Amino acid sequence: MRKSALAALCALAAGCSQSPPPPPTDAEAAFEKKLQEQFLDAKPGDVIEIPAGTHSLQRVLTLRADGVTIRGAGADKSILSFKKQVSGPEGILVYANDFTIEHLAIEDSKGDGLKINDGTNITIRDVRVEWTAGPSKDNGAYGIYPVKCRNVLIEDSSSFGARDAGIYVGQSQDIVVRRNRAERNVAGIEIENSVRADVYENTATGNTGGILVFNMPDLSQHGEHTRVFKNKVVANNLGNFGAKGTAVASVPAGSGVIVTSNPRVEIFDNDIADNRTANVIIASYFITNFADKKPTEGYDPYPKAIHIYGNRFSGGGDSPDGLDWKALKVSMFGLGGHFPDVLWDGFVDVKALVDGQYPAGQRICVRNGDAEVLNVDGPNGFKNPKVGKQEFDCELPPLAPVELKEKA
Amino acid sequence: MSPGNLIPTSRRIRAALLPLLALATLAGCARTPEPARYFAEGKPARLSDWHLVEARGGRLVPNADVVPYDLATPLFSDYAHKFRTVWMPEGTTAKYEPEGPFDFPVGTVLTKTFYYPLAAGEGHGTKAVARTYDVARDFSAGGTHEALDLARVRLIETRVLVRRDHGWDAIPYVWNAAQTEAELARTGDAIPLELVDEQGQREAFTYVVPNENQCAGCHVANVKAKQIEPLGPKARHLNRDYDYADGRRNQLAHWSAKGYLAGLPARDLPRDADWHDASQPLEARARAYLDVNCSQCHSPTGPANTTALDLRGGATDLRRLGLCKPPVAAGRGTGDRLLDIVPGRPDESILLYRMVSDEPGVMMPEMGRNTTHREGVELIRAWIAAMPGNCDA
Repeated sequence: MRKSALAALCALAAGCSQSPPPPPTDAEAAFEKKLQEQFLDAKPGDVIEIPAGTHSLQRVLTLRADGVTIRGAGADKSILSFKKQVSGPEGILVYANDFTIEHLAIEDSKGDGLKINDGTNITIRDVRVEWTAGPSKDNGAYGIYPVKCRNVLIEDSSSFGARDAGIYVGQSQDIVVRRNRAERNVAGIEIENSVRADVYENTATGNTGGILVFNMPDLSQHGEHTRVFKNKVVANNLGNFGAKGTAVASVPAGSGVIVTSNPRVEIFDNDIADNRTANVIIASYFITNFADKKPTEGYDPYPKAIHIYGNRFSGGGDSPDGLDWKALKVSMFGLGGHFPDVLWDGFVDVKALVDGQYPAGQRICVRNGDAEVLNVDGPNGFKNPKVGKQEFDCELPPLAPVELKEKA
Repeated sequence: MSPGNLIPTSRRIRAALLPLLALATLAGCARTPEPARYFAEGKPARLSDWHLVEARGGRLVPNADVVPYDLATPLFSDYAHKFRTVWMPEGTTAKYEPEGPFDFPVGTVLTKTFYYPLAAGEGHGTKAVARTYDVARDFSAGGTHEALDLARVRLIETRVLVRRDHGWDAIPYVWNAAQTEAELARTGDAIPLELVDEQGQREAFTYVVPNENQCAGCHVANVKAKQIEPLGPKARHLNRDYDYADGRRNQLAHWSAKGYLAGLPARDLPRDADWHDASQPLEARARAYLDVNCSQCHSPTGPANTTALDLRGGATDLRRLGLCKPPVAAGRGTGDRLLDIVPGRPDESILLYRMVSDEPGVMMPEMGRNTTHREGVELIRAWIAAMPGNCDA
């Protein structure tokens, strides 16, 4: 009680400082100095070994040399702990090409766990990023965070507790995200403003939203061409603990796969179950709760060419997040009923319509057994929501698999 | 390599006269300082190896031809005061640039010494340092800003930026407790300090000396080029007067007269506002402050171009400047606010929230400070409060 009252006071008062974290022990300081020197001295071809054990660090590890590998003894053995961090805010920050990081864990960084900015040929393998206190407002934003990268492979890794996205690939191209686990984050896995991404054989469970494919305005590139397949997207019903103002703060708890404003997305052969708002949500920028009313020119806020087929849906849609959604669910489907597997906000780019519908290549196609689509009629203030199936029964040509070019 | 034969006459004569002058004026003094030195490679173990600024006779003194300088609006660094110097090998000169850093010749060495005035009633050997903007007492007698008085200040670190064949290198040195030498500190340091203001209010914090890679966090202003650049010595920041040993004059004119700057235009020089001078326009002060404190990352080519926020002094796109712009990767840094800047509403603006915070993961800039810059916050608060319009449209 007393502590939270103090925290509240600190939040109000400008310049109110938190007490500095405890100083490192001599052994911790010696380890950190040596490791920092290895990062400073790294040259192409070097391998920086992280020995087994838990290593407490005070400041971000920054790497600026190309062609370096950081290797631990295992994601549960070599642990870099940033509980005592005074400077960062990231755990590991990389500005380099031909970079590999594998077999280690990054815990409790003040900001993002692992951030890689503007690199080509990036491999992240068997890396765990975790905020050990569980979901909390004090956690960093992103767990594993390549941004503006090309040729990105993230595999056999995991993220727990990120206050934004656990595994987040932003403004990048040619991306494979496979066999990872994302749990207890706001967004489990998010592909944002990225081009050509394959997201497969991942498990996203216990997040607010499981797998997100987003396009945001203002940024350096618009995303397209994402394939989401063979994933397990199960019971992502965690209360949203994202910070207001962030894109993920608009994600309702109980979201399986969400596509927002992104064209050319193929969702197939996944197990998507028990996400209590909806197993799949197709949305435009207008349904997000941004205060921003004027997305920039050149930005297409509408999802187009979305192809959903061959998924195994079960459960879900039975207890949507938010009073409005709950009321809608009850009025349309009854207390014991549930939303259909796919929820669409209903916003349409009227300028793109030909004879009242999108041209064949731009449609939202759902040909997935019994799965139906609920158009919530967002443009008319949710007045006339309706369930459809026939009008979404179409196919799109399959997207090409992502091929990562061999490392130079 | 040896300095060539292109020595500007004035410097050549002065260099030749120096030993004579030293003999004449410092009779009995044991030694004449060796001339400043450029190391084409490597990282000398001690700051004194460079012979740029040295602790001698109770003062921190710049060597011959090492010119101190100051900036109109400096980066905030936990209230540290800064003593900056520039030196170039004989016969070389920097070329004027109107916008970016000057084009400095190979061999240029810049130093920036971070120090604090001692807190009232406190000596050396405590954590206490003064929180003040007054620099008048920092310098040794005579009213000039040529040398620091070591009895009145606590030296923390000196950062060296050296222009080599391959580009700039950043090399950090940390001062010893006796203030006799600064040792190479490639991995940085963390020093517990306590700011004491004039009313005796105390604030404990950890002063963080950046490691070499963190130096690049600010000094690599172009994320593609990956080259370290100086940030301070730009025309608009330097265009102001300085109290040299032989009088007060404009820094650009002084550099030019000394042979350190070629191509200085005769008129229409850019000039930054002094953020702390309330007689200057609020808009200019705020933009100068954001330019110096934020734009090394928040520019179209900087490492924070991932967020599309452009805080350069010359930026004209208001949305990119943050007006009514939603955040991109702020995480808890939003403080539950929705937009970077809401005109007229500083307390709804994420930008101000991140300036107020001193918590890694929330605060901006991400590094270089561990305390809140209260006066900087008030400036930006006033600037946002005075903005017309809204984000409702």
